[in-house]
Amino acid sequence: MTADTIVAPRTPAPRRKGVNLEKWGWVFMRASGVVLVVLIFGHLIVNLVMGEGVRQIDFAFVVGKYASPFWQWWDVVMLWLALIHGTNGMRTIVNDYVTHEGTRRVLVWALWIVAAFLILLGTLVVFTFDPCLGVTPDSSLWQMCQG
Amino acid sequence: MSAPARVIPTVAETTSRTPRGTLYRGHEGMWSWVLHRITGIGIFFFLLVHVLDTALIRVSPEAYDAVIGTYKQPIMGIGEIVLVAAIVYHAFNGLRIILVDFARWAAKFERQLWWGVLGLWVVVMLGFVPRQLMVIVAELTGGH
Repeated sequence: MTADTIVAPRTPAPRRKGVNLEKWGWVFMRASGVVLVVLIFGHLIVNLVMGEGVRQIDFAFVVGKYASPFWQWWDVVMLWLALIHGTNGMRTIVNDYVTHEGTRRVLVWALWIVAAFLILLGTLVVFTFDPCLGVTPDSSLWQMCQG
Repeated sequence: MSAPARVIPTVAETTSRTPRGTLYRGHEGMWSWVLHRITGIGIFFFLLVHVLDTALIRVSPEAYDAVIGTYKQPIMGIGEIVLVAAIVYHAFNGLRIILVDFARWAAKFERQLWWGVLGLWVVVMLGFVPRQLMVIVAELTGGH
C-alpha cells in the first residue's frame, strides 16, 4: 500500500457485522479510567501519604491490609482494571507506530500475554496469601503463626 | 468506494511553520495528547514491575522486605514523585477526555479544561511533594 491509496480522513469505515470490539475498547477505557482514578488515588493515599509514607511498607504492613477482604478486593479489582487499561493503551500506541503488520501482531500478542500472566499471578498471590508462609523463628510473626 | 487520495499540504497551506505530516498542529490539544501517551507508557512499565515486586509476599517476608526496601531509598523517593506526577496528570487529563467526549460544553472549552487539569495537577503536587520530601528526609535521618 502506498501513500496514494490512503483514504481521506473522516471517510466512513465499512460497517462490519458482529461485536464492535474497538467500540467496547473505547467504552472500557473510559469506564475503567474513572474507577481507576478512585482506586489508585486511594491506594496512593493509604500507602504513600498516610502514616509514614513509603517507609511503613513492609511484609507486616501487607499482612495487616490483606487481613481484610476489603483491601484484597480493592487490589484485585485495581490489578485487573489497570492491566487491561494499560495494555489496551499500549496496543493503541503499537497500532499507531508499528507499520509492519507482522511486527505489530507479535507486539500486540506479547502485550496481552504479559497482561494475562500478571493478572493471573497477582490474583493468585492476593487470594492465596498466607502470612505464616515461609516464616522463620527470627521473624516478628513467628509467635502469631504458632497455633 | 474510491475516496480521493490524501493530499499533503504545502508549507504555505499549513498553520504550523514546520509541517510534520500529521494532523496535530501544536497547541493545548497536541500537548495534552503527547503527555497522556508519555505518562501512560511510563505508568504501564512501572505497573509491570510493581505487580512482580508485590508478588514476592507469596515467596517470603525477607524477599519482600529486601525488594520493597529499595523503594525507600532517597533516589526512589524522587522516582515516586515522578510516578505520582505522571499518574495525577494521566488521571485528570483522562477525566477531561471523558468530559470532552460526552459533554457539549466540555468539547467547546477543551483548551480551558486542559489548563484546569494543569492547575489541579499543581495543587495536588504542592500537597504531595512536601509530604514525600518529609518521608525521604525521615528515611535519611532515621527518625520518624
